[in-house]
Amino acid sequence: MTLRTGSAVGESRDPADLPVPVATTPQKKPKSFDGYWPWLFVLPTLLGVLGFYIWPIIQTGYLSFTETGPFGGEEFVGIDNYQTMLADGNVAQALINTLIYTVIVLAGIPIALLMANLVNQPGLRFASFYRVLFFMPYIAMPTAVALVWRMIYNGDFGILNWMLSLVDIDGPYWTSTPGFAIVSVGVVGMWASLGFGIIILGAALKNISPEYYEAAQLDGATKWKQFTSITVPLVTPSLFFVTIISVINGFQLFDLLYAIMGQYNPALVQSQSLVYIFYNQAFIQNDKGYAAAIGMVILVTIGIVTFFQFRMQKKWVNYV
Amino acid sequence: MRKITRLAPLALVAALALTSCSAPAASDEAVTADSAASISYAIWDENQIPALEANIAAFNKIYPKIEVKIDITPWAQYFTKLQTQASGDTLPDVFWMNGPNFQLYAANDQLEPMTDLIDDGDVDPANYVEVLNDLYSFDGVQYGMPKDFDTVALWYNKAILSEAGVAIPDETWTWDDFATAAKTVSDTLADQGVYGVATGLTGGQEGYYNTILQAGGSILSEDGTSSGYDDPNTIRGLQFWADLIADGSSPNLQQLSDTPHNAWFTSSKTAFFWSGTWSVAELASASNTLDLNVAPLPQDEKQATVIHGLANVVSAGSEHKSAAQAFQAYLGSEEAQTLQAEMGAANPAFIGAGQAFLDSVEHFDLEVFIDEADNYAYPFPISKDTAAWTTIENELLPQAFSGTRTVEDVADELATRMNEALAKE
Repeated sequence: MTLRTGSAVGESRDPADLPVPVATTPQKKPKSFDGYWPWLFVLPTLLGVLGFYIWPIIQTGYLSFTETGPFGGEEFVGIDNYQTMLADGNVAQALINTLIYTVIVLAGIPIALLMANLVNQPGLRFASFYRVLFFMPYIAMPTAVALVWRMIYNGDFGILNWMLSLVDIDGPYWTSTPGFAIVSVGVVGMWASLGFGIIILGAALKNISPEYYEAAQLDGATKWKQFTSITVPLVTPSLFFVTIISVINGFQLFDLLYAIMGQYNPALVQSQSLVYIFYNQAFIQNDKGYAAAIGMVILVTIGIVTFFQFRMQKKWVNYV
Repeated sequence: MRKITRLAPLALVAALALTSCSAPAASDEAVTADSAASISYAIWDENQIPALEANIAAFNKIYPKIEVKIDITPWAQYFTKLQTQASGDTLPDVFWMNGPNFQLYAANDQLEPMTDLIDDGDVDPANYVEVLNDLYSFDGVQYGMPKDFDTVALWYNKAILSEAGVAIPDETWTWDDFATAAKTVSDTLADQGVYGVATGLTGGQEGYYNTILQAGGSILSEDGTSSGYDDPNTIRGLQFWADLIADGSSPNLQQLSDTPHNAWFTSSKTAFFWSGTWSVAELASASNTLDLNVAPLPQDEKQATVIHGLANVVSAGSEHKSAAQAFQAYLGSEEAQTLQAEMGAANPAFIGAGQAFLDSVEHFDLEVFIDEADNYAYPFPISKDTAAWTTIENELLPQAFSGTRTVEDVADELATRMNEALAKE
């Protein structure tokens, strides 16, 4: 298809000379004091962030060192809650489960990139229809998604096991067998977040100038070579963004798990996520001090993981 | 997935921030027909709103100037919200309370005692099922006006029983009769995927609390300080369910997780279903409702069922305490509770007011529930922090019911950990 732009051949321009539409070069402005007005405009948001994010984090940090009664009134207990947590096998199991879930969701990113590539094929009919279709699960309520998947996964009457039975496979009880359960939830999480990756990566793909591909083709690069040497490097900033968001969302797994597992599930104890344990301690068992400690661990873990992701980005992210 | 960790600390903080603003002193003036006030009434069941609105209309004929506003919160958030309100001294004036949460609120001085109402003769506890008065008393003081009650009975599907050639259950049935019948159904109708019995085994109210009591065991000691799970009779009550699952009379826990127990019964996939008064509305509107009926639970050492019911309570910090108490007393009156029963909202706690409830579904023998309450109902086990040990039950008992560990082994660990939790109260 690039043959149509054959006129470019005679010019034999190096792709690096082309204007790059991906990122506009930032305009250097002289540093100056802009007055107080900008602060006035960000004030509403700033107050919100301080009041509803920063202050609660500080408070939660404080609460994690206390034993809190069901109706308030806390007593300072030092690091007791953290010591309890170290000895609590359920927390360790929950951390492992959360990691498994996050890894599965991350595995969806390459799939999303391939799909985005397919959806962005020039001349593809109904392209926006496909995009909407893939994005739907992401905007659907997790509880609604969970209910549908509960039916699919149903061990006795679900369509998944029915299909497996056609090829003589006796499917397990997907959501109530320890080990299978968290993976089953992970697959739904991956499926539900594909749309997000497709939209973000699709936008990045559209920003890659077609001239790169034309030049590569002239040099004899195969489609696959073009994908790995042009497409992938040029979408790395978006890949990085999607990875960061997926990891953060993965660590916050709660409602999908809660709704898919249901309340009668014998595998629940072995399949909890960190946030699930947090919820259970804070709102079912009324141990808000311990819950705050778990909340702090979630916060710090996400912070550390994200920090290392930012450190690592130099190694693989290309900002053109 | 994305919201919870942000919102939860916020809720904690909101709770803390609110504790500092205390409510104004309550007015202790006696309430009269001229008293003017606006009180809030918090509930969780939307289906009962029409009946409660009728109650409020009747209440307003006596106290025209007391405005009652219904504040509905879905069950899943009800007690979370209530706890936040309690922390911030903004509890509704009158609200629904259940057994497992009652002592937590009573012990922390969140509820107004009914002592004055009873001393003044506005309320006579003798009118209510005694076990319910006890359920809502703490340290000898009654706080809750019993509203309704539920007991558990044996629901059955006549069509399945006759197809499997099993007799219809009656009050003489023993555990053996029941187990044999359930096994026969499972064996005879295996090719249709029909089982003998399905019952909720998360939380004991529908299933194992009843069998524990029937076997002569206990869940909690009478003074509420020690676990009954190390009693051999209690273990027998648990073994009953493990056996039903082991021999295929009941779907296993995984099947019951994928397809909940009530769905098995309403889609005619099980012959028996242990459940309570709360299932009447669901089963009356099920597509197989004409095949269904209810009988007393089978017995072992004795006949037994747990009884539980809701109560209306008044907040200790209410600004309009006398108006709120007048409403609380009215909700307990025979007139109010009869109206509730007539409108099919609930099975009233007022003795003798239940006739309308019995008549609400003609093809069910609902007297069974009332007979049980009158003759062999045991209070739902509660302590000051019930949730602390029910969580342990739900964590450990699945291992016993699914057969991965022996019932004795699990019960032993449960007793130990439950005693630890009780010691912290």
